Amino acid sequence: MENINLTIDNHSVSVPKGTMVLEAAESIGISIPTLCHLDLKGTCMQNRPASCRLCVVEIQGRRNLAPACATRCTPDMVVRTNSMRVIRARKTIAELILSDHPNDCLTCPKCGECELQALITRLNITEMPFKGGELSQRKKELTPSITRNMDKCIFCRRCESVCNNVQTVGALGAVRRGFNTTIAPTFDKMVKDTNCTYCGQCVAACPTGALTERDYTDRLMDDLCDPDKVVIAQPAPAVRAALGEEFGMAPGTLVTGKLATALRELGFDYVFDTDFGADMTIMEEGAEIIDRLKRHLAGDTTVKLPIMTSCCPAWVNFYEHEYPDLLDYPSTSRSPQQMFGAIAKSYWAEKMGIPREKIVVVSIMPCLAKKYECERPELKHEGKPDVDYSISTRELARIIKRANIGFANLPDSDFDNPMGESTGASVIFGTTGGVLEAALRTVYEVFTGKTLPKVDFNEVRGLEGIREAVIDIDGFPLKVAIAHTLGNARKLMDLLRAGKLDYHVVEVMACPGGCIGGGGQPYHHGRIEVLQARQQALYREDANKPVRKSHENKDIQKLYAEYLGAPLSEKAEELLHTHYTDKSIK
Amino acid sequence: MAEIKLACEVVKQVEDICEKHGNKPGELINILHECQGLHGYLPESMQRVIARKLGIPPAQVYGVVTFYSFFTMTPKGRHPISVCLGTACYVRGSEQILEEIKRVLGIEVGETTPDGKFSLDCLRCVGACGLAPVMMIGEKVYGRMEPKNIRKILEEVED
Repeated sequence: MENINLTIDNHSVSVPKGTMVLEAAESIGISIPTLCHLDLKGTCMQNRPASCRLCVVEIQGRRNLAPACATRCTPDMVVRTNSMRVIRARKTIAELILSDHPNDCLTCPKCGECELQALITRLNITEMPFKGGELSQRKKELTPSITRNMDKCIFCRRCESVCNNVQTVGALGAVRRGFNTTIAPTFDKMVKDTNCTYCGQCVAACPTGALTERDYTDRLMDDLCDPDKVVIAQPAPAVRAALGEEFGMAPGTLVTGKLATALRELGFDYVFDTDFGADMTIMEEGAEIIDRLKRHLAGDTTVKLPIMTSCCPAWVNFYEHEYPDLLDYPSTSRSPQQMFGAIAKSYWAEKMGIPREKIVVVSIMPCLAKKYECERPELKHEGKPDVDYSISTRELARIIKRANIGFANLPDSDFDNPMGESTGASVIFGTTGGVLEAALRTVYEVFTGKTLPKVDFNEVRGLEGIREAVIDIDGFPLKVAIAHTLGNARKLMDLLRAGKLDYHVVEVMACPGGCIGGGGQPYHHGRIEVLQARQQALYREDANKPVRKSHENKDIQKLYAEYLGAPLSEKAEELLHTHYTDKSIK
Repeated sequence: MAEIKLACEVVKQVEDICEKHGNKPGELINILHECQGLHGYLPESMQRVIARKLGIPPAQVYGVVTFYSFFTMTPKGRHPISVCLGTACYVRGSEQILEEIKRVLGIEVGETTPDGKFSLDCLRCVGACGLAPVMMIGEKVYGRMEPKNIRKILEEVED
């Protein structure tokens, strides 16, 4: 690749042709302030509309200031990122953005994590000299998963890019113009009336408090204080690899033991683990895979292949909306969260002699779509949810802080039994490729009756948007594929619709990196290293687990022996499986 | 039944317009322009057809429709009224003409009467400044308007 030499703030720099001034400056440690810009490098998550203009720089020979994010380096370019003219312009731009921004940082849910707030501090702006006009047509809306407060929107368009280009859902977009502009669901509908999948990536990308999670922390505090309720916790795998970040720990710090202790300190009556649910999912989904494979190999042409994973609730919403003609391809297995809830309120409740209505199952999830999933009618038992509600990793961190728990200094502890027992297979559910790998470990051994020569399936790991591999199942070449982000899932689904998708098993997760990059995780602020570190942490946790295959989980074996019988039994179908509905907008 | 049949025809017409422009997302504005020509407005269902044909999210289509004031999602009346608010007409009192029309029909600019007969819009200059203030009903130009004549003119418009 041809290189270009230029000068930025009197430093010489050499960059590949095509590099933007912003990245060239970054490469020599000059960090130009940005606001609309987002680039989760190595994934398709990008936003560079050059709309905020905060990254303006002075380029010798050009009359106007240029946005660094959208200006390509040219040979011998002389760039100043910190001249008086630039600094003044940047300050004015920021002041203008503030002119119609509500002045309520103290009570804003994004306070402390807001990129606008950080920028204003960085630019040393201590007054708001401009007062903007009254804005109209901006909506506040509370959905099961996401809270929208469009007064706080700064029109960076990150959510729009993510929703349209990355996820290809297209539930959000900019409408109207001038002072009436707002980012709104299509046709100004309520989010619930659109094809929004609640993936929460708009929340993960939003720099301000315009898009945040639906907060259930107060509800949880009330339940924890209620002596009549038995409150049980189930934290998802990806939470343990990210929660530490909220307490100043390096990304990728595993806090499994501290997490269990913190939940106990908060007053949860039982601290279990969604990983137990994940092991159940593998038992059921694995059995489905084997069933379909066997029928396929026996020459049954009606078998729907590939079988697709169904643990990601945003992905489920996506295919119900977009691919109603293909609803018999995904596995019918419920997600680990829901399997856990169903078993907690049946098997466990009966075993403990606790009436179902006294039990409050709370999940702690890296995900916002899980909040919506709790409310799905087909996942309720006599109108009552199996999982009462879900809080995000961020919400848990807030409760821990509110409860004066010194998280960093907590001792480690184990999850309670029996629903806290889990395997390495379930831990990696939190990353793209993990569900498939966990399934492969069980499918291989159950299908062939032989012990796996090597537990790790390195060929399905990584962060590539779509990955494929052929796995040797004792002579049978099992063709698998993995997609993360819904845009990549769409590519596979379009091929499937066209009859050109030649795999046996496909895993899909809606968020970049899988659950580790979920909409409920600590904000990554566009740093891909954060996701990489979380992914590595989960694989580390897996490698250190004494049991690494779901079907070898002793408590899972007991559950089947005592209660469910076998995977896909009538009881298992009733409690652990679901069905899908055509939700396409006509 | 009649309505559903009409809708099918419209869908076909819209699809044909998209085809004609090669189903290119870059042609969106031209496509919207022509589709609005079909019935005078761009209902949600029409925008969804366009989005599907061009392979873009409906959000994007809706964004463009709401951005340009030329596009409308309100059905036009059978007799669209346009009042000129260009400089010449304005100084000769077209604002009072507009107010009188609003009062007589009971609608605001951009709206359509409940019976679907009239819709009201403004424009800037029809090139008949000598006749200012000017308004148009359909294709017909009315010049030297006075507020007191408005009711009579509107009553004389036949469906």
